[in-house]
Order: sequence, then C-alpha cells, then structure tokens
Amino acid sequence: MRVSGRNQPSTAPASARGEILIEARGLSKHFAKKGAEPFTAVAGIDFEVRRGEVFGFLGPNGAGKSTTMRMIGCVSPSTGGSLRVFGMDPAADGPAIRARLGVVPQEDTLDTEMQVRDNLHVYGRYFGLPRAVIRERTERLLEFVQLADRARDKVEPLSGGMKRRLTIARSLINEPEILILDEPTTGLDPQARHVVWDRLYRLKQRGTTLILTTHYMDEAEQLCDRLVVMDKGRIAAEGAPHELIARYCTREVLELRFPLDEQDQSAQKAAGIAQKVEVLPDRVLMYADDGDGALQAVRARGLEPLTALVRRSTLEDVFLTLTGRTLVD
Amino acid sequence: MSTMETPAPIGSAAHPAGRPGAARLGYRQFRYWITFTRRTWRSGLLSAICGPALYLTAMGVGLGTLVDHGNGLPGGVRYLDFVAPGVLAATAMQNAFGLGTYPVLGSVKWFGNYRAAINTPQRPQDVVAGHAALSLLWCAGVTGIFFAFMSGFGTVHAGVGLLAWPASVLTAAAFLMPIMAYVVTLEDEQKLNTLFRFVMTPLFLFSGTFFPWRQLPGWAHPIAYATPLWHGVELCRSLTLGTAAWAGSLVHVAYLLAFAVGGYLAARITYRRRLYR
Repeated sequence: MRVSGRNQPSTAPASARGEILIEARGLSKHFAKKGAEPFTAVAGIDFEVRRGEVFGFLGPNGAGKSTTMRMIGCVSPSTGGSLRVFGMDPAADGPAIRARLGVVPQEDTLDTEMQVRDNLHVYGRYFGLPRAVIRERTERLLEFVQLADRARDKVEPLSGGMKRRLTIARSLINEPEILILDEPTTGLDPQARHVVWDRLYRLKQRGTTLILTTHYMDEAEQLCDRLVVMDKGRIAAEGAPHELIARYCTREVLELRFPLDEQDQSAQKAAGIAQKVEVLPDRVLMYADDGDGALQAVRARGLEPLTALVRRSTLEDVFLTLTGRTLVD
Repeated sequence: MSTMETPAPIGSAAHPAGRPGAARLGYRQFRYWITFTRRTWRSGLLSAICGPALYLTAMGVGLGTLVDHGNGLPGGVRYLDFVAPGVLAATAMQNAFGLGTYPVLGSVKWFGNYRAAINTPQRPQDVVAGHAALSLLWCAGVTGIFFAFMSGFGTVHAGVGLLAWPASVLTAAAFLMPIMAYVVTLEDEQKLNTLFRFVMTPLFLFSGTFFPWRQLPGWAHPIAYATPLWHGVELCRSLTLGTAAWAGSLVHVAYLLAFAVGGYLAARITYRRRLYR
C-alpha cells in the first residue's frame, strides 16, 4: 500500500503493494453554513489503500477523520477532488460499493429491542442474502465475536463491549472486502478493548482490508500497517507506525519530575543534553536516542530529579508533536 | 483467547450477482419494518379495534341520538351515517401523523436504523419507500378494521361504499408523505408538538368530520377545500352514502394523489439531504 500526504513521497515497502482498493486525490469536503463561510472538514487529501492492508486515520477531534470515513463509505458526497473505491465513483455507484463494504460506525446503530441474531438477519436482508446464507453466517459470526450464547437475547441489556462486538459481527454479514471501523473501541474497558483487538487482528490475518480511526495510539501501533495523522482536515504525516516514530521522534524519551517551582530552571540547566526538551505542567520530557546517557548527563550538571523514567518513544509522542497538546472538544 | 473460527474467506462468489432495482431495494426496507413491527403490532391492534368500537358507539348511540332527535342533518341522513366515514378518513390522517412523526425522527436521530440501512446497498429513496409502505400497510389495517365496524353498524349504504376503505388509505398517504418529508429534516421533537396541536387538531375539527362543513363561516370554506382531509372526508362519505359522482370523486382522488406523490418526491430529496451529509 502507499499512502501519502500531498507533498510527501511514498515510503511503502514493495512487498506491501497489492491491488489499489481506495484512491483519493485532493479529496475535500466543505459544509455550507448559513450566513457564514463554508466549514472545511477535509481540505484536499491524497491517499491510497491496497488490498489486505490495515490503514489508520489518527487525529484530534475535528481533524476530518470521520468525514473521510463517511466519504469512503459512500454516505457523504465529496465536494472536491476525486475518490475511487474498488475503481468506482461513490457518487454514481454508492450502492454497488457499499455492497462490498462493512461499516462499524462510531455509535452503535443496533436495534436494541430485537434479539441479537435478528440484528444480523435484518442486516443480511439489506444485502439481499438468502435466508439460509444469513442463518449460517449468523451462527458463524456470533461464534467469532463470542456472542453465540447470547443469540436469542435482546440487545438492550448487553454490555458496551458486547454491543461493539455485535456491531462488528453485523458488519461482516456480507463478507466485506473492506471493513471500515470508526473508533471501534472508544468507551470500552481494557478487557473489552483487547477482545475487539483480537477479533480485528484475526480479520487482518485472513487478509480483510481494515480502515480504522482511533484515538488510541496503542491500538494504532498494534493494528495498523500504515496510517495518516490528520490535523485540521489535512494529512500532517503518513507512514508505518515505526517509520513515523523514527521520523518525528527520538528513539527514547526521558521523563523527569522536579519540584514544580524548580521545573523551568532545571529544564534550562539541562538544555543541550537532548535533541528536544518539552516542559509540561508536571514534568520535563527530554527526547534523546540514549535516555540513560541523557539522565547521566543531567545528573552530571548537578540536577537531582524527584523521579526519572526512560521509555521508548511511542506513536503518542509523534501524535502530540504533530497535532499539539491543545485540547480540542 | 479461545480458538474461534474466523469468518469464511472472501471471494467474489460471496456477493450476489447483479444490481437490485428500486422495487427490490424498497422491499428490503419494508421487510425490515415488518420484522420491527412484529414486536409492537399486538398493542397497536388492540387500540385499532377498541378505538372504532368506542367512537362509533359514543357518536352513533350517544351524540347521534341527540342530533337525530333535533333538526337532524340535511337530506335526513342519520348522524352515525354522516360521522362514521368522516371519522374513517380522520383516523387515517391521525395514523399518518403518528407513523410519520416519532418513528421517522427516532429512526434518524435516536435509534440509528436509517443510518444502519444506508451503510448497506440501501439508498435514501429505498428507506423512504420501504418505511412508507409499512406505514401505509398499517393504516390500511387500522382503517380496514374501522370500516368493518362501520359496516357492522350499518353505515355503508352502497356497494361502492367498499371503495371508502382504499380512499381512506389514500387520505393517509396524502398526509404521511409530506409529514415524512418534513420530519426527517428536524433535529428534535419540539416541532412535532406544534405539528400535532396546530395542524392535526384543527384539521380534525374543521374539515367536516363531525359536522357539515357548510356550517363554517363563508371565509373558512376555501380553507376547508384546501385541506386534504376535507377531500378525504367528502370522498369517503359520498362513497358510503352512495351519493358519489364521478367528477367530484376524481377531483378528490387527484387532490389526495397530488399530496401523496408530491410528498413522496419531496421526501426523496429531504431524506437524501439528511442521510447523505
């Protein structure tokens, strides 16, 4: 697969190059507002997704991730640029494209008063699947998402994690070639998240193309072959998780805590030791390839932090570097 | 993690060949609503049976006795014979309001079933068609039961009176489609109350359902003519009383059809705008 920001070259390994399933060029989405300038949700992005990849959209709230997903899902017409899904135009061939997609929306849209299995039945009928096929797949999919024993239960009393898994099962009823997941684990407890990750990992192993948005950097690191970081409707960076870490961060991060009234002064004193120093309200981050070496150098300058932690850089460091620490609601 | 079987491999054979047409897609949405309605039809049926029985008894035996003993109605028509077809048309309208408001707003705002549907090959126009078809089927059931009670009370005086039943369904369609077109644009239920209080109730009271519309002041007559309910009431009444004339009936049918078809076309647009954002 190859994914690129508008002015960035492809860095995809040759081995990953398969058939292009999704191709966007200068893709934009503007929303008209009465008496105001149109709001730009997506401001001309380029990307490609190839068969079998797991491709992520990361970004703060309002970055344009969900809008992009909706455009790929053919339920939000683009207002600029071009988009091809399975080589077809979503504006003209939306139903034909959607017949080959599975969608797990941000909010569950299950029929909560119906039985678990009925949710799959009614969804399967939308795809025109024969009754026998739906019955067979329902059984298999409920087994897959570990809900077989709840098949005849109503959806309403199920836990959040179970509902999420049911939504995933429902999205697979048509055996989609691309599965679109918009924040698939948001709001789930850690156990439930890990169950969902496990199921998604199995789909990835069998070659289903997955496209997901997430706020969880560990989720993106675990699941995504490649991803784009979106900010303010644009692609801020693209690449494999380890490539992004290498490109935008040092190998390690040294986290130091000083008494709060000495923090700024200590950070100034430690200047030059690391490639970058970031002073947060409660700690000082020093980005260095050798965290232990940096800590020794800090101590050599007569500084004694209250606590010191050396850790490897994560996608979260990249994310915050690219999109900032300002809260976006 | 347990060792579950993963879903079957993907292959082109997994996808049914050919692109389904509008009728088939609309039918799939209709089937969804059939499944959905299986949970609720019993309570609905109960009110569909109790409502007309109570109405016809109260109007015919109660109020009707008073009216018939007084000056009576023009042409010497029994009050029960007069009011029953009016209430038939009004029942159709009331059901159209009920089915076109909360179920539509709920589908687009709270329950998510419209959004779930359009993530499949379903299109907004299929969602409109399938949901409207189920709603009209329900109206046909309710008005069918009402018509059966009317017949039982001896208020159908001509063979052609049977056509009052489809006429009442057409009256329901004339309201249902514009209401669906409007409600799908709303963000909350506040405006639904306005719709019930300031549109449905006045129509119910002043479209000649309970008293001859000529009793209204002259300036109100054109308003009555403009309302689809007046046409529905007049059509149903003339059919059950056996006084229907071709020309007049065709005008009523054309007027109601215009609202139904116009509302459907408008709904296709508003549903598309709402669901394809």
